Amino acid sequence: MNNLEYIKERYSKLPDVSDLNGLGVIRQKAFDALNTMGIPTTRHEEWKYTRIGSFFNKEYKYQAGQSAVTAADLASVRLPGYEQANELVYINGRYVPELSVIRSKGLTVQPLQEAASNEYRDIVAKHLGHSSNYLKDGIMALNTAFVQDGMFVHVKKGQIIEHPIYIYNITDAREANVLSQPRTLVYVGENAQVKFVETFNTLGTQESFTNRVIEIVVEKDAITEYYKIQTDASHASQVATTHIQQIGKSYTHTVTVSLNYGLVRNNLNIVLDEQYCEAHLYGIYLQQGQSHIDNHTVVDHAKPHCESNELYKGMLDDQSTGVFNGKIFVRQDAQKTNAYQSNKNVLLAEGASVNTKPQLEIFADDVKCSHGCTIGRLDEESLFYLRSRGITESTARSLLLHGFAVDILEQIKIDPIREYVDKLISERLEFDLA
Amino acid sequence: MNNELSAIEKTVLTDYKYGFVTDIEADEAPPGLNEDTIRFISAKKNEPEWMLEWRLKAYKHWLKMEEPNWANVKYEKINYQDIIYYSAPKQKKNINSLDEIDPELRKTFEKLGISLDEQKRLSGVAIDAVIDSVSIGTTFKEQLAELGIIFCSISEAIQEHPELVKKYIGSVVPITDNYFSALNSAVFSDGSFCYIPKGVRCPMELSTYFRINAEGTGQFERTLLIADEGSYVSYLEGCTAPIRDENQLHAAVVELIAMENAEIKYSTVQNWYPGDKDGKGGIYNFVTKRGICQGAHAKISWTQVETGSSITWKYPSVILKGDHSVGEFYSVAVTNNHQQADTGTKMMHLGKNTRSRIVSKGISAGVSNNSYRGLVHVGKNAANARNFSQCDSLLLGDKCGAHTFPYIEVKNNTAVVEHEATTSKIGEDQIFYCNQRGIDTETAVALIINGFAKEVMNQLPMEFAVEAQKLLAISLEGSVG
Repeated sequence: MNNLEYIKERYSKLPDVSDLNGLGVIRQKAFDALNTMGIPTTRHEEWKYTRIGSFFNKEYKYQAGQSAVTAADLASVRLPGYEQANELVYINGRYVPELSVIRSKGLTVQPLQEAASNEYRDIVAKHLGHSSNYLKDGIMALNTAFVQDGMFVHVKKGQIIEHPIYIYNITDAREANVLSQPRTLVYVGENAQVKFVETFNTLGTQESFTNRVIEIVVEKDAITEYYKIQTDASHASQVATTHIQQIGKSYTHTVTVSLNYGLVRNNLNIVLDEQYCEAHLYGIYLQQGQSHIDNHTVVDHAKPHCESNELYKGMLDDQSTGVFNGKIFVRQDAQKTNAYQSNKNVLLAEGASVNTKPQLEIFADDVKCSHGCTIGRLDEESLFYLRSRGITESTARSLLLHGFAVDILEQIKIDPIREYVDKLISERLEFDLA
Repeated sequence: MNNELSAIEKTVLTDYKYGFVTDIEADEAPPGLNEDTIRFISAKKNEPEWMLEWRLKAYKHWLKMEEPNWANVKYEKINYQDIIYYSAPKQKKNINSLDEIDPELRKTFEKLGISLDEQKRLSGVAIDAVIDSVSIGTTFKEQLAELGIIFCSISEAIQEHPELVKKYIGSVVPITDNYFSALNSAVFSDGSFCYIPKGVRCPMELSTYFRINAEGTGQFERTLLIADEGSYVSYLEGCTAPIRDENQLHAAVVELIAMENAEIKYSTVQNWYPGDKDGKGGIYNFVTKRGICQGAHAKISWTQVETGSSITWKYPSVILKGDHSVGEFYSVAVTNNHQQADTGTKMMHLGKNTRSRIVSKGISAGVSNNSYRGLVHVGKNAANARNFSQCDSLLLGDKCGAHTFPYIEVKNNTAVVEHEATTSKIGEDQIFYCNQRGIDTETAVALIINGFAKEVMNQLPMEFAVEAQKLLAISLEGSVG
């Protein structure tokens, strides 16, 4: 039995939720979509350069019960500064309240199943599954089909959440191959401020495949920062979708750091659904070995007077492959839009390759939009300059590459996290100023 | 603003200047496509057996293919059984000089501004004119023959130079390449053939003029151009069609082959009938154009000015196979009213030290959609490949769209590839600056657009640049408010 059939079987065993305020309907719709569309192949335009089909020919376990992850296991993957953070722990795609810590007032975390029938039901009904409008493929539908295991995070109106929210996605693959499908809906209330940091870790040596979706709804005057750090092992692969919907005049800032060893596909969608929204998207990827990174971003300018700014930088070494696909839509109403996008890549080894597609689709005329992308190698002259001053070639290279990455590092506004990422990148580059 | 708007309405109604029909009796095949149609065409042309087999092979392959739907264009499904695949102006057999050509036909070309003999005397451009599906006359043939240059219709080439045709036809665009090229391979009725021998620099611009005249016909011409070692040729192509309510299909294939040190410059001014202001009628221009830089230091340069057609689907490409070879693509694509254009290029870097340059300018007005779609591919062995692409779009009006789909695939770490694109409208400050100096808005817009497209226009040969500039002005006249 291949994995897809197994998943379908698991689906049929899910408890019936048709009575649950629309959750059952969303789930069934998604399951039907999965059946018609299947898992995307490279013939699917959005999956042209990324093959995930092989993950569905292997046997994975979809874990429903409790896992054996302990506090000690969690300690091994904790991010610096956790003493001052809210921590949400997902194990094999399921939220574990015993290991999670909520420190801040005004922050509510509860299962989607509950939220769908209590005072938050309108929010859930209105915003859950919005991402499906943007990602029409089987893998997205697959996550939604299991939506009832998901979580709802609510940030109360006017609250400034001082402690960042760390989200740990831990896959316990010590005993078997594991498929995990975390799902989260975040609602950031009016005038609230919040910061998220999300990481992915696999325990054990069996294979893991994570298909995770987070939807973030940002209200009027709210500020949201979102950082994603991917450092997972080579036997761990993931498709991670982040869908941000700015429904009020708001500000979002995202940084995606991909230092993974396996295959990663990131979907980042930002919908600017009200006037005067502002969105900043940054990304850095450093790939080594056989790893594969695919960043698909969509910025949808639906309303006038919005601004978006996107910069993704990549370094590709060994036999790694990089994919970047940046879409900017400017709808007919969205006059006075400013949208910028840039993707820069450095190829460090003979076997490395990159496929990039910066895409503009513009239906309004009074706009300023530009995109650019470059692919190249390290500048010979800069290398020569450093070497002529007695710096060894390898140090010169890492110095230059570190300098290349700094633009993005600077965008991480949580100090311990920035230092942590800087350290990770420096280690990979064998860069040591001291 | 109101005054200006009415001015727009007036000028948007500007007639398509080339929309007349010439009343010539045509020799037509019955509409529809089957093996018999292909045999009919082949027999009409008195073609050798291998050519017919090649056509049938293409047809069989075409039957297995599906019409592509990935382009950013919308149109009603084409019924391939409704099209007349062969239509030739009836004329006396064996014409020896241009004077024997049907006077009606000659008048057509005079109206188009390319009177064959006038052109011959004044500009020194050698023309092969193709009306509907058949080549009707080639000027300057003898003078070119003295240099060893072969410039004739492809039907003639099949008769007289079968070894060349057999060797090269389908070598750049194989019959299996895509839906429309397979269709073309099966039913192409004529086109131009050109061979420049070793070391010869073609002394004049060679030119083809295409015109669809008869109703219900499709035009499927095939151009094959071979530049042998160290030669140079500049080739021009122009197109027009009469006004009709229905959509007509034009599915051409152009193949260029540049040997070592050879250079081919291929320029197109495409002004097929774009349909009326409500989007009715017009030509579907589904064309496959591709060149190969076979030898080292070869160069192929495509320049196109696309103002016509209701739908344009066209990607002139260069395969940079020889080391140090160069590919260039310069394009201005203008869409107005309901026109749709999905055009761009492919640069396939295979050899070492290959270079390519892409400059694409899209101008959209009315409710049209204009897309740039391009691919820059750097293969594993293409060390030191270099590409620069620039795609700029100008939007005139708030109902049109401009889209960019650049694909960049790099598999060699010594390659340097850059791409940049911008989209904007004409700035109010720019218009104000002109107004201030006594230039009215309409003229100011024309001025700015001309400046926007200048980089591409400069690549066109002199005679074409003037025509292209006029076309640009006509296509966009009054579309700015």
